[in-house]
Amino acid sequence: MSALTKPLGALGHATLAALAMIGRVALFAFDALSHMVRPPFYAREFLAALFQIGWLSLPVVGLTAIFTGGALALQIYAGGARFNAEAVVPQIVAIGMVRELGPVLVGLMIAARVTSSIAAEIATMKVTEQIDALVTLSTHPMKYLTVPRVLAGLIVVPALVGIGDVIGVFGGYAVAVNNLNFNAAAYLKNTVDFLEPLDIISSLVKGAVFGGIATTMGCFYGMNSGRGAMGVGGATKSSVQAAAILILAANFLLTGLFFSV
Amino acid sequence: MITLSGVHKTFGTNQVLRGVDLTIDSGTSMVIIGGSGTGKSVLLKCILGLVKHDTGTITLDGQDVTKADRDAFLARFGMLFQGGALFDSLPVWQNVAFRLLRGSLKKPKDQAREIAIEKLRRVGLKPDVADKFPAELSGGMQKRVGLARAIAAEPEIIFFDEPTTGLDPIMAGVINDLIREIVTEMGATAMTITHDMTSVRAIADNIAMLHDGVIKWTGPVSQLDKSGDPYLDQFIHGRAEGPIEAVR
Ligand SMILES: Nc1ncnc2c1ncn2[C@@H]1O[C@H](COP(=O)(O)OP(=O)(O)O)[C@@H](O)[C@H]1O
Ligand SMILES: [Mg+2]
Repeated sequence: MSALTKPLGALGHATLAALAMIGRVALFAFDALSHMVRPPFYAREFLAALFQIGWLSLPVVGLTAIFTGGALALQIYAGGARFNAEAVVPQIVAIGMVRELGPVLVGLMIAARVTSSIAAEIATMKVTEQIDALVTLSTHPMKYLTVPRVLAGLIVVPALVGIGDVIGVFGGYAVAVNNLNFNAAAYLKNTVDFLEPLDIISSLVKGAVFGGIATTMGCFYGMNSGRGAMGVGGATKSSVQAAAILILAANFLLTGLFFSV
Repeated sequence: MITLSGVHKTFGTNQVLRGVDLTIDSGTSMVIIGGSGTGKSVLLKCILGLVKHDTGTITLDGQDVTKADRDAFLARFGMLFQGGALFDSLPVWQNVAFRLLRGSLKKPKDQAREIAIEKLRRVGLKPDVADKFPAELSGGMQKRVGLARAIAAEPEIIFFDEPTTGLDPIMAGVINDLIREIVTEMGATAMTITHDMTSVRAIADNIAMLHDGVIKWTGPVSQLDKSGDPYLDQFIHGRAEGPIEAVR
């Protein structure tokens, strides 16, 4: 092969592999959805997943949101001061948190915390033959492992995003009132008056999509893990990487869908 | 009756099964022997459909296993995995009673727990292990919990992948007796993989030796010592010299 066609061939292979991967993920997600609507439904596993993904993620979501909201207020104040627009802090913090940073940062935190743990747990079950054992005990791994986690992600991540939005706005409020001499009542009024229902709806929809992506990728890479400890490590790494990139790409698409005119 | 004919399985370039032909009659105990890495575990997994074989056919009572209704098919089987494969998120008794706590065989919780404790007793484990987690048990204990789980729902066909590996000789004797009892008293069909020649003689009605991806020898346990097959003789006497290479 000539020096010209070799890199082209490699590029072609990589493209085909990426497309095949997207196809496999799509099939997996579709399979998970189809199992979601067919019995049996494992309620205990679902409740455990709600607790793991929702309740135990609260501290990390709260801390991420409050620091980001605070930093945002400082930035907008400093930036706005360059053209005498310091007064827009409440509005920009609200819109920035609710439309973008709340859902994206919560989504990424869930990818770090939840996707990784789902992938590592399921991959370990795979390499120690626990998934095979489930099958021989007449329990469908998709129903028992994937459905409860993905459903919990779809339901609880929007709630986390909502909480993150509120805490983020509060972080901005606290910094503005304490350090930047904003009037507390006026700040809150400006925030509430400025936000539109669509801002909040878009935030929660993003949360649901990101929750679905994060849990699905954890399950997908876990179920398709290679053998041994290397397999588990590889599955965990790939799952977080894929979830993070897909969340950012989905965020771009959803923002376009909701707010482009 | 389980029949395999011309079963092939290749992983990448590794040709593991190269035309396995074997019949296991209902209510009998078949023991599979053969060097480690020859594909004995893969063979059991092919029958259960956990690994898809490439070519050849596997039938259960005349029906192709790949075309059978999965749920009804699997409901007839119990399997002890080589590594135990216990669910480490569940306590021991819930592992054993897994099938009795959900699905079509669902029973009330206390009844399922009672059955689990009874099965644990049969594999030589005291009731106090019931509430422990698998990670708190020794390898041999985990193996026996796996065995209790395989027999808990009293399946018709039971596969045991190295049931006595890692057990002391007395406990191995208990497990051998248990497997024999399951076949003779409950009329179950058993397929056991083992390297332990005492187990082979205690458990088997028939024996099949897997070597180089095919069944090299098969016959009743009474023929084991008079087969005249050099491969089988080398294996059962554990000789380093012979037609089976020591480096594989
Ligand atoms: N899922 C798998 N992927 C790739 N190779 C496998 C897989 N399972 C088993 N093998 C290979 O098949 C061969 C037979 O394995 P196994 O059936 O476990 O041997 P044994 O006879 O000791 O039970 C080994 O070489 C093993 O590496
Ligand atoms: Mg094996």
